[in-house]
Amino acid sequence: MTDYSEILKQERNAAWRAELRNAVPNKDRINIERVHMTEAEPHERIKSQTCEVNKGLTPDQARREASRCMDCVNPTCIEGCPVSINIPKFVKYIEAGHFLDAAATLKEFSALPAVCGRVCPQEKQCEAKCFYTQKMKKDPVAIGYLERFAADYERESGKIQVPKVEKRNGIKVAAIGSGPASLSFAGDMIKFGYDVTVFEALHEIGGVLKYGIPEFRLPNAIVDVELDNLRQMGVNFEKNFVVGRTASFEDLKELGYKSFFIGSGAGLPNFMNIPGENLNGVMSSNEYLTRVNLMYANQSDSDTPVLRGKCVAVVGGGNTAMDAVRTSKRLGAERSIIIYRRSRDEMPARLEEIKHAEEEGIEFMNLANPIEYLPNAEGRVAKVRLQRMKLGEPDASGRRKPVPIEGDIVEIDIDLAIVAIGVSPNPLIPACLAGLKMSKWGTIEVNEQTMQSSIPEVFAGGDIVRGGATVILAMGDGRRAAASMHDYLKNRYNL
Amino acid sequence: MIAKSRKPGNFVILRIGAKGERIPLTIVDSDIEKGTITLIVQNVGASSGKLCALETGDCITDLVGPLGKATHIHKPGTILAMGGGVGIAPLYPIVEAFKKAGNRVITVLAARNKDLLILEKEMREYSDEVIIMTDDGSYGRKGLITDGAEEVIKREKVDECVAIGPAIMMKFAALLTKKYNIPTQVSLNTIMVDGTGMCGACRVTVNGETKFTCVDGPEFNAHQIDFDEMLQRLRAYKNEEDQARKK
Repeated sequence: MTDYSEILKQERNAAWRAELRNAVPNKDRINIERVHMTEAEPHERIKSQTCEVNKGLTPDQARREASRCMDCVNPTCIEGCPVSINIPKFVKYIEAGHFLDAAATLKEFSALPAVCGRVCPQEKQCEAKCFYTQKMKKDPVAIGYLERFAADYERESGKIQVPKVEKRNGIKVAAIGSGPASLSFAGDMIKFGYDVTVFEALHEIGGVLKYGIPEFRLPNAIVDVELDNLRQMGVNFEKNFVVGRTASFEDLKELGYKSFFIGSGAGLPNFMNIPGENLNGVMSSNEYLTRVNLMYANQSDSDTPVLRGKCVAVVGGGNTAMDAVRTSKRLGAERSIIIYRRSRDEMPARLEEIKHAEEEGIEFMNLANPIEYLPNAEGRVAKVRLQRMKLGEPDASGRRKPVPIEGDIVEIDIDLAIVAIGVSPNPLIPACLAGLKMSKWGTIEVNEQTMQSSIPEVFAGGDIVRGGATVILAMGDGRRAAASMHDYLKNRYNL
Repeated sequence: MIAKSRKPGNFVILRIGAKGERIPLTIVDSDIEKGTITLIVQNVGASSGKLCALETGDCITDLVGPLGKATHIHKPGTILAMGGGVGIAPLYPIVEAFKKAGNRVITVLAARNKDLLILEKEMREYSDEVIIMTDDGSYGRKGLITDGAEEVIKREKVDECVAIGPAIMMKFAALLTKKYNIPTQVSLNTIMVDGTGMCGACRVTVNGETKFTCVDGPEFNAHQIDFDEMLQRLRAYKNEEDQARKK
């Protein structure tokens, strides 16, 4: 990391940066208020699954927001970024009005800036480490909005820049799964000069970015542009290919693949194992969101059906629960209800998602936990029985533990229940690789620094290692795996 | 590549058109030389209709596999294989594999009528005996598949059964073999979306536990399956399917 902080220093000392710093006194910068993101009106946006809620910043808004950044000597924001983006550099390019340079800076570090600018929990990462948050107790620089602005500006300008890649070294490597971990890995490995192929089991590239996150939060077209960028850099994509099944790891080695990165994600949905959970009308959030996001089941010309509830209960308090409940509203539900066993303060979802859900008329039944689903005469779900909870002592996660209030049980009428209580690692790929060391939770065990597994040529990252995390943590894993795979292959093949 | 990798019991998922549905189908046969696989599909709904409407030379938009766990092929001695309707198709590679493993294989095939009976010739090639049952008596003998199967069980020692067909047929096949305490495998045709363990649409209760047909199956111990729940779950999208057929 010493190298990187040296580079940061040198770049900060560049004449244009010094000039910008001197142009506006810090006391003036401090007095500028954080920008407000323009949002689609709640009553308008709930009519469409594809109407993006956040509208993005205008160039003027972006430059003004960027001018709040004081270009700190010691930019702590970067420490909060799992992929170590040179944040002050891209922010200052925006302040200077050099938006394409800002976009190019982002692409040095991240394969998916337009995605990260939309779905990263910046409030827990870079923005949490911002000087404004840390030392001034003020609203941080809106780094996330600015990232999105730069990426969107570049895309809309039609002047999309393809990052430079090293000369091909002829060594083939494979990424398994095409979600954020693998894409980030692929972006770095192609820059290092490898022949990179990304294998995806589904018929679309993008993993959770496509099947999971709804279009009102992350349009598929935005993901496609980032994928196209990787394609232009030289990354190959093979869809409809289950590594271990369509071809074995041995088959791929025979085809010349020297090393593998497993980023197959945490595909397996968890259920609560309560009575009535297998009734028709009770499904996982993965199923519900996949039907809508990947299969377009909400559109009349799609062959895939989806149940449209009038009264929909979504169990869980994470981002996926918010995605599912807000989707149900857009599919015409009269009542869409979040059922969560703790209180709003403990919800793992981003505050922004909770706020958007509230604005859209989502009901919240907090401190309630399903204990049974009850059927109607046709065997479809008709009611959910809820155990009321109260908060007790903090548990291992530091959040106050929900405890049942004895005898306080209520029933509510529903016709669709969506279970969004987390996912487990998908066993499909690891099961095909003999000798791969797994944890008791079904995750792949890796060296945390190098992301290398018990099999030297196999690296892994993202949810298959973490068990359920965020897009950006997965991307950080992909980057670290790429760096250490590069070291491994350099030594092995005397590059 | 699927032709080379597939094993008896594996399935594929295919999709036709940009807004097409993901359809799971068990692989019937393959030709490694030509790199082809054989699938058999009955034209019953909107998506199977689209597949059946394709002409020679047309392309299937997406095809992925082989998926699911392969059948456990071994040599217990005598195998009784029961295939009903279009379920005869996925049964075929299993019969072939059990025969090649050195078992005595007795196959009972059932269909509504003579015209709907498939793969009889192929089944005869790998079966020591083939018994045919039709609902209307238009071919073979009139009666249910379980009638033909019970006769065999009463007549000789059967070590293992495998039954594939409509869920209701598998339910009664399971009840029959349970009565005689014969280990039985069935291959389930639950609703699926991704087919890779991601969605849980295909969940089924086996021995009191929820399993995913796509990754834990599709074959399970017939005596442990909650068939009534499965029959119910197969109707999850009945209204939507009826509407799609009308289009």
